[in-house]
Amino acid sequence: MGSTAYISLKDVIFSRSGRRIFDGITLDIPRGRITAIMGPSGTGKTTLLRLIGGQLRPDSGSVRVAGHEVPRLKRKALYALREKMGMLFQSGALFTDLSVYENVAFPLRVHTRLPEDMIHDIVLMKLEAVGLRGARHLMPSELSGGMTRRVALARSIALDPELIMYDEPFAGQDPIAMGVLVKLIRDLNSSMGLTSVLVSHDVPESLSICHYACIIADGKVIGEGTPGELKAHPSDQVQQFLQGQPDGPVPFHYPADDAGKDFGLEGDA
Amino acid sequence: MAQRTIEIIVGLFMVAGLAALLVLALQVSGLSPKAAESTYTLYANFNDTGGLRPRGKVSMAGVTVGTIESVSLDKETFQARVKMSIYDEVDNIPADSSAVIRTSGLLGEQYIDISVGGDMESLQDGDTFYSTQSAMNLERLISNFASGR
Amino acid sequence: MLDRIASLGRLGLNVVASLGRSGRFLAGVLSGVPRPVTGFPLLVRQIYEVGVLSLAIVVVSGLFIGMVLGLQGYTILSDFGSEAAIGQMIALTLVRELGPVVTALLFAGRAGSALTAEIGLMKATEQLSSMEMMGVDPLRRVIAPRLWAGFIAMPVLALIFSVVGIYGGMLVGVEWLGVFEGSFWSNMQSSVDFTDDVMNGFIKSVVFGFVCAWIAVFQGYDCVPTSAGISSATTKTVVYSSLAVLGLDFVLTAVMFGDF
Repeated sequence: MGSTAYISLKDVIFSRSGRRIFDGITLDIPRGRITAIMGPSGTGKTTLLRLIGGQLRPDSGSVRVAGHEVPRLKRKALYALREKMGMLFQSGALFTDLSVYENVAFPLRVHTRLPEDMIHDIVLMKLEAVGLRGARHLMPSELSGGMTRRVALARSIALDPELIMYDEPFAGQDPIAMGVLVKLIRDLNSSMGLTSVLVSHDVPESLSICHYACIIADGKVIGEGTPGELKAHPSDQVQQFLQGQPDGPVPFHYPADDAGKDFGLEGDA
Repeated sequence: MAQRTIEIIVGLFMVAGLAALLVLALQVSGLSPKAAESTYTLYANFNDTGGLRPRGKVSMAGVTVGTIESVSLDKETFQARVKMSIYDEVDNIPADSSAVIRTSGLLGEQYIDISVGGDMESLQDGDTFYSTQSAMNLERLISNFASGR
Repeated sequence: MLDRIASLGRLGLNVVASLGRSGRFLAGVLSGVPRPVTGFPLLVRQIYEVGVLSLAIVVVSGLFIGMVLGLQGYTILSDFGSEAAIGQMIALTLVRELGPVVTALLFAGRAGSALTAEIGLMKATEQLSSMEMMGVDPLRRVIAPRLWAGFIAMPVLALIFSVVGIYGGMLVGVEWLGVFEGSFWSNMQSSVDFTDDVMNGFIKSVVFGFVCAWIAVFQGYDCVPTSAGISSATTKTVVYSSLAVLGLDFVLTAVMFGDF
């Protein structure tokens, strides 16, 4: 696994506002495959993406992407590396004052000196890949949530990156939109030879398309493997998460005082 | 809105600002294009310059002929030494003229008025006025009047 | 009791930390020399948003303030029989003080808060983050044009304010209250000096423009990316800008117009 890993984190420790989010986490993300990173809310999955993208620096440990040690990169080298990455944010993060066409054209205009007609062709091809070529003149405010994400996806593949990161792509989507996204993620990964990292807590969808998955909880990896391996994983915590059981290693009740005290029942009244 | 339209509007905005600056320069502060005239220097010593300030007016028969450059103290004679810039074209001030400090209006700014003498010779660059009259001191005038002098 | 002192200390440390952040932020914004071809249209667009769209409030306020100065000034000066000095009173008040200061306060309220809200919203919807991930520096692309636009637009607005105010004062003094037009202007011209009054007022407005724009963009960039955070940031922009303008005005006036 080590030599084909596109992204590799070793003993990464990261804290924010006094809370230790990652406590010596180690994981490898293989090249050319769809990897899902799952875990309960608040375990720092989005933070992980930011560490990979170099927006945050770990307190200690190594973050290697495509052979580069990301925290040590100087600004110019970091920005050059980012041209090879695409990221799909949870909210789409389209630029609200630009049309759909201009949003997708943005990375092309900034990073390349291609003539206008070439940009036109590339933008339309990317929009066609996500099925929204006809929507190119709309403004972001006129798009539905699912369409926004698809346009953001088209924008993130505009420069033909090597890596795409998806931050909770399935959150709050209706079944059809979900199906569309699943198809797109799978097709893009195989047709463009991308490495895809999918951060989600949507178990059925994520397991249905990923080749490899990691489950993170309490700042560490508690289980990893192919979907088949994970379903048979011995750990109770992993099983509770995968099957969605309300009570288990993560308890149902928030820690509270003895019920008798709260309800005024004291043995002999 | 099209980029072209915005550029035109912003251009107009900057022109409006420039126009405002011009109005302030010409209409409001009375900056005249003749400001860089060539001048020569004359001096005058006074016992009391009152409220005379640099950039004050120097006039003759009511016409502005120069400006006050500086007002300083002569440490030997303990008089005030006023340095004036007179326009070059006013080059025939008689050598026995006197410099008088006057007030415009009752409470207005103070300026120097040149009272013309009769000498054939004129004051040259660097000369000093022979006779001067100091600023009128209001309190002295009132106390003189009050004590019946 | 000890808790109170500790929280006071924490407040002080937070203030110092945020001042430090704003300094580093400014260095980051100014260090990138903007590319002339791509940067210029962005700058022009921002001057439009920040300057042209503030014209309405500046012109209306200037007119009314000029007219009030005319009215009040006339009342006070007529006690001394010096109504003719009203021209110089209005002009000096506007050009030296009210022009730069009131325009800066209006700017902070209208354009400054709009800048903060816009940048804060871009931060909250992760637009700034996604720009970073695309290899575009948001400081250069989003923040710098807005900072320079404020720096350029404010002095222009202050000049327009002063001129409109003087015109308003003239309307009241000459047309309505009957001051002689000739002496209105000639008294003004003899007492307003271009270098000492107009230029000093202009320098003040340049300084205020820079400070207000800096505070506005920093608060937007630094805010907590939630709706509560954005509203708190816009409030801070208006309050801090106003305090900074008034404080700087005192310092600049003492330096420029004092004989100390």
